[in-house]
Amino acid sequence: MTQGKVTYKPSDEVDFVIVGSGAAGGVLAKELSTNGFRVVVLEQGPYLREADFSHNEIDVFLRHQLTNDPKLQPITFRRTPQDKARQQYSVLYGRCVGGSSVHFTANFWRFHEIDFIERSKVGEIPGAELADWPITYSDLEPYYTKVEWEVGVSGLAGASPFDPPRSKPYPMPPLPVKGSGVIFERAAKKLGYHPFPSPMAILSQPRAGRSACVHCGFCLGFGCEVGAKSTSLSTMIPLAEATGRCEIRPNCYVHQIATDKSGRATGVLYFDAKKNTHLQKAKAVVVCANGAETPRLLLLSASSQFPNGLANSSGIVGKHLMPNSGLVAYGVFDEPLNDYKGFADSRIFHDFYEMDYKKVGFYGGGGLDARFDFTPATFAFRGLPPGTPMWGKEFKKALSHNFTRTMEIFCHGTSLAVESNSFSLDPDVKDAWGLPALRMTFRDHPNDLKMMEWMKDRAMEILDAAGARTKWHNPVQEAQFAVHLLGTCRMGNDPKTSVINPDHRTHDVPNLFLCDGSSLVTSGRGQPTMTIQALAFRAADRITALAKRGELHS
Amino acid sequence: MAWISAQWPAVVAAAQHAHEAANAKTPPAFETLTPEQARQVEAITSRIIPTDDLPGAREAGVVYFIDRALKTFAKDSLVTYEKGLAGLNQATSSAYPGVKSFADAAAEQQEKLLTELNEAQKTEAGPSPGLTQLVSPDFFPTIWQHTVFGFLADPEAGGNRDYAGWKAIGRDPAHSFSPPFGFYDKDYPGWQASSPETEKK
Repeated sequence: MTQGKVTYKPSDEVDFVIVGSGAAGGVLAKELSTNGFRVVVLEQGPYLREADFSHNEIDVFLRHQLTNDPKLQPITFRRTPQDKARQQYSVLYGRCVGGSSVHFTANFWRFHEIDFIERSKVGEIPGAELADWPITYSDLEPYYTKVEWEVGVSGLAGASPFDPPRSKPYPMPPLPVKGSGVIFERAAKKLGYHPFPSPMAILSQPRAGRSACVHCGFCLGFGCEVGAKSTSLSTMIPLAEATGRCEIRPNCYVHQIATDKSGRATGVLYFDAKKNTHLQKAKAVVVCANGAETPRLLLLSASSQFPNGLANSSGIVGKHLMPNSGLVAYGVFDEPLNDYKGFADSRIFHDFYEMDYKKVGFYGGGGLDARFDFTPATFAFRGLPPGTPMWGKEFKKALSHNFTRTMEIFCHGTSLAVESNSFSLDPDVKDAWGLPALRMTFRDHPNDLKMMEWMKDRAMEILDAAGARTKWHNPVQEAQFAVHLLGTCRMGNDPKTSVINPDHRTHDVPNLFLCDGSSLVTSGRGQPTMTIQALAFRAADRITALAKRGELHS
Repeated sequence: MAWISAQWPAVVAAAQHAHEAANAKTPPAFETLTPEQARQVEAITSRIIPTDDLPGAREAGVVYFIDRALKTFAKDSLVTYEKGLAGLNQATSSAYPGVKSFADAAAEQQEKLLTELNEAQKTEAGPSPGLTQLVSPDFFPTIWQHTVFGFLADPEAGGNRDYAGWKAIGRDPAHSFSPPFGFYDKDYPGWQASSPETEKK
C-alpha cells in the first residue's frame, strides 16, 4: 500500500497532528483522515511490521524492542508526595507504531453502566476522588459496537448475564476454549458463578485480509506475526494511510506543544531520530500519548503563559492515576493442559463486577479469568510454586512437570482515583534527550487491597473446586508497577475538577484534544483498551463536528 | 478448508522463519570467552540445569548463547563473569585443595559450592562472606538468568539448540497449533449457559 502514501513537511500546516499511534491514536488517525482531514501522526517508537516481529524473548524483554526502554527514558517512583523518588522501572508502555495494542493480551471487555455513575450510586469514598463520568454507558454503546466490528473482536453476545445491553452481536465467534478455560468453567459453575468465553481482540476467523489466530503461544508481550491480534497497527493504521491524507511518522519524540499569544496550540515540537528539533504545524493538536506521556507532555509544555503546564488550570494534570489492581493465583493439575498453546485466556466471569459494599466491605469489583501467559523462559522466572529450588535437579524436574500442567487465575479489579497517585516531572533525573524524567507517585487505596484480598480467596476456592494438585497465589501488596495508565487527565464538565470536556477538548486550550487512558474518570474492572478505543471513535465524531462547524480555526 | 487457505501462507512463513533461525547455528568458536572460561561457564550452567534423561543446559548449547550474549545484549556483564569465574575457581581451590577449578571439581563439590554461593548472596553477610567478596553478588543471578534464557528462549534468540530446552519441559516446537490443546479440552462439549436456577440477574 505504498501507493497513495502521503508525506508532509513540518512547515505544512496540517489539520491535525496526533501524538501517539496506539489504541486511541490509531483510531483517531483513521477516523479523521477518512473524514477528509490532513493528518500527521508522530510516534516516538519505530514503525515495525509483522515481518519484524518474532518470538525472540531477548529482543522483547531485555532489549525493549516494543516498549519503553528505562535506560533511555528513566522513570522514578515514590509511594507518597513526601518521599524522595528513586529511579525504578515502574511503567511499561508500547513504544512503536500501534503502541501498547501491539504487545497487549487483547482482553476486550466493555465497561458496564455502573462504571460511569458509581459516584452517584455509592456516594463519597473517604480518601478517593470518585466521580461520575459526564457521559453514560448508553452514550458510548454505539462506539463499543463500532470498535468490535471495525477492529475485529471475538466473543459471544449474551453469554454473561452481567453484560450491559448491546446493539449488535460480536462480529465473530469466540476463540476456542483452552484447558485452563475448561477447568475454570467447570469449577466456577460448581460454585454458582457464570463463566463465559473471554471477549478478545484476536481474530477467531480470517477477516479483512488478516489471518485468524494460529495459537503460536507468543501473545502477551509480543507482536503478532500473522496480524491476528487486532492492534492499531494491524487494523487502523493501514486504513489511515490508505486515505492518502495521513502520514505516520515514526521515531519522533514530541516534547512540547507550541502555543501562540492567544493561548491556542500551533503545533508540536519533536526530536527526530537524530535528535534534531522540528515544529510540526497543525490547526489542532490531538494527544494520544498514553496516561503517562500525555500528562508529561502537558507538564513539559509549561511556559510563562501556562506556568503549571498546558491545559492545567485545574492543577490536576497527571493526578488520579488508576493502574487497575491485579493478582494472580496458580494451580498445577495432574494431566497436561498445554496452555502455552494459543492466546492468554479463554474463560472469564463477571459475577463480582458490581459488589454490595454492605456485604463485602469494599467498593468496586472485578473479573476473574483463566489463563496462561508465560513463555517458556518467563515461566522459569516466575511460574513455579514458592519454595521450589531454583537451580539443579529439582528445578529442572519442576520445570519439566509443571510447564504443561500449570494455569493461572487472574483477578482484575478497580483502582479508585486518589489525587496523590500521579505522574509528574522528576526534578532531578533527565532522560537521554535531556528532558525531565517521568515520576510516578503511587500507593493503592486500602479499599483496592481489601478487594484483591477477597478476590484472591475466591480464586483459591475455584482452584480447590477444580481439584488443583498444588495451588498458591502472589501476595496481595501495594503496586509499584503500572501498565494500565488511566485517569491522569480526566474528563468532566467542570474545568476546576477535570482537564477535558466530553468532546475530549481541553477546557483551557480550544484546539487541543486529549484521548487515551488519561481521559478515563473511573478505572472499570481491569480491562481498559476497549473503552479507550470506544472513546477514540466517539472523540473523532465530536472533533469532526467541531471542525466542520469551523470551531477549530482561529 | 477455509482454515487451510487462510492459514497456510502464514504458517509456512512462520515455519520458514523458525527454520532459518535454527539453521543459523551458533558459531563453533567462542567469540568472547576464552576456552577455559567457556569450560567453567559450561560447568556452572550444567549444574543450574543438569542433564538427566532429558537434555540440560549442555545439550542446549547454553554456553554458546552466553558467549554471544556477552558481546551483545549483556556486554555490561562481562566484568561480572570474569570476576565471578576467577573467584569461583579460587573458592574451589581453597575449599578443595588440589582441585584447580570449578569445572575440575566433582559433582557433589560443585553443588556444595553453588549452594554456598547462593546462600551467601541471599543474606547480606552470608555464612561465607569470603565467597561474596571473591564473586560479585550479581554473578549467580546473572548467569542464572542467562542460563534460563539460553535453555528456554525460542532458538531465534540464539540458544535452546535443536529445541533441547523445550524437549525438557514438554513444549512442542511447532509454530502453530489447533485445538484441542491438551487433556482437559479434549472432550469439551461446547459452551453452555449456567443453569437458570443459578441465574442472578
